[in-house]
Amino acid sequence: MRTLAPFGRRRVAVTGAEDVGPYRVLHAADPDGPAPWPGQFYMLASAERWGAGVDERPFLPRAFSFLHATQGRLSFMLEDVGPGTRRLAELVAGDGLQIVGPLGRGFSAPRDGRVAILVGGGIGIPPLVAWARALTEGGVAVRGLLGFRDAAHAQAARLLASAPIRVATDDGSVGRHGLVTELLAGELHDASELRAQHGDGTVATVYSCGPPAMLEAVRVLCAARGVPAQLALEAGMACGFGACYGCAVPLREGGYARVCVDGPVIDAARLLAVPAR
Amino acid sequence: MIDFCGLQLAHPIVNGSGTFDAIAARRAFGDALLAAFPFSAFVSKTITLHPRDGNPPPRLWETPAGMINSIGLPNRGLQGYLEHDLPQLAQLPVALITNVMGSTAQEVALLVEAVGDRDEIAAIELNVSCPNVRTGLDIGADPGSLAELMRAVRPLSAKPLIVKLTPSTADVGAVAAAAEAEGADAVSLINTLRATALHPAAVRRAPRRWLGGGAGGLSGPAIRAIALAQVTAVAGKVTIPIVGMGGVGSGRHAQDLLSAGATLVAVGTESFRDPAAGSRIAAELKSLQIANVADMYEAQVEVDLNSVDSA
Repeated sequence: MRTLAPFGRRRVAVTGAEDVGPYRVLHAADPDGPAPWPGQFYMLASAERWGAGVDERPFLPRAFSFLHATQGRLSFMLEDVGPGTRRLAELVAGDGLQIVGPLGRGFSAPRDGRVAILVGGGIGIPPLVAWARALTEGGVAVRGLLGFRDAAHAQAARLLASAPIRVATDDGSVGRHGLVTELLAGELHDASELRAQHGDGTVATVYSCGPPAMLEAVRVLCAARGVPAQLALEAGMACGFGACYGCAVPLREGGYARVCVDGPVIDAARLLAVPAR
Repeated sequence: MIDFCGLQLAHPIVNGSGTFDAIAARRAFGDALLAAFPFSAFVSKTITLHPRDGNPPPRLWETPAGMINSIGLPNRGLQGYLEHDLPQLAQLPVALITNVMGSTAQEVALLVEAVGDRDEIAAIELNVSCPNVRTGLDIGADPGSLAELMRAVRPLSAKPLIVKLTPSTADVGAVAAAAEAEGADAVSLINTLRATALHPAAVRRAPRRWLGGGAGGLSGPAIRAIALAQVTAVAGKVTIPIVGMGGVGSGRHAQDLLSAGATLVAVGTESFRDPAAGSRIAAELKSLQIANVADMYEAQVEVDLNSVDSA
């Protein structure tokens, strides 16, 4: 669930980048880095010209769950939504990337070891792609439910090609016209079908990553149906290793957890709510 | 080695309180952290008498060349610190400085006494960026309030007492002088500067503040020049050692604060960008100082040659 990171920031080389619809997938060589666990993340900053962009930003590194990690090659998916992601989206092969990681706690195996439902929204799908691969290799049945704004963004659905998937879009241009949580509601409703397929006692485990409102809907739905869920959370964070205390999420038991060291993957049952942005 | 209030430190770089959680960092990096610990002494985050959850999120805002934090001093409280945190912090390979804050002199006294009793703790730092319940002013903003607090707590521990000064005061030199007069062993500065940000999506229609705590403290390169001015001002007023901090991200920045009169330099926000920044800055500082010594020899040789020429 957690691979320790080498201490300190290290400079790695960008080996390439490509567009997947409106998203950008960035590849880097990290030959000396350890193999991360799905759901873990890295803090990224460009080695050159990190800063002095719009509003004299970016200044802090940005957190990204990895999309792929194989044999010393790391991939990340990002969308240009601000000065940090804009700078990272500009990087091309040969550019330098400063990374710290892998950080945080990743996903853990389904309780009954049989069925996993992955629920992703937009830019939140990378950790699910990494997890799907590990689950499939482990013999777990994986189904993917992915939500996007429109057909252009839904091109990223192909990253989860290893699992049977269903897509929902906000504008109905592809897949179901509606929210991915509506797909999930239908899926959980069909629990009897799951049991018929995979045996009695089967309880699917839901793994989810996406915008806060989507994660909160997943949390509420899974709580109502008594389905275990692990949520990969995102929060503004300065450091990624527990130093800044910026990435607090409220817990049911009171107080806060830090997304970076207690998460980013947290059991939905522990959360009071997924904070809105 | 550097002598700081009787502590022998391997180099002049420490961490600013609340900018590095050695316990969490060990969860992320394992014992590699201990083998390459970036600071010559470790300053704990602020400990209060009772546990605090901290402020509701969001707690951070990135600014031009810096950031605002509105964390709200989450901590386990004095008992939790002594029982849970201290045994882990005692495993660090460097001296431990514990930072405490109380909202009354009585609270601070309890904290100083309890912390002062523990052999694992080498020194105590007082966070005085806390309002005086009577005047509403920060204790550290007012020389009179600070002197009063120091008279109450100084006799309670023989350990070195460092006063962490707030930059939000009319005359930081006067506050530092009051701390020295009442027996402080050192002062540290600057703390963050009060700052806020508006929610980007609601600026025009219904302006509201972004941070869950409303306002917070500004840190990073944005405040470096202010730190240099304040350390310079304090160095002109006290003879006790100064821990200088504010936007330090390189050996050159650290050297500037040392040149202004600091004995130690604390790294804060830069550690968020690079967990090992302290080690890098200490190494850069060392090579700068070696280069400076070489420059001095060269300058001396030139002077000698000039005097030969003119003879």
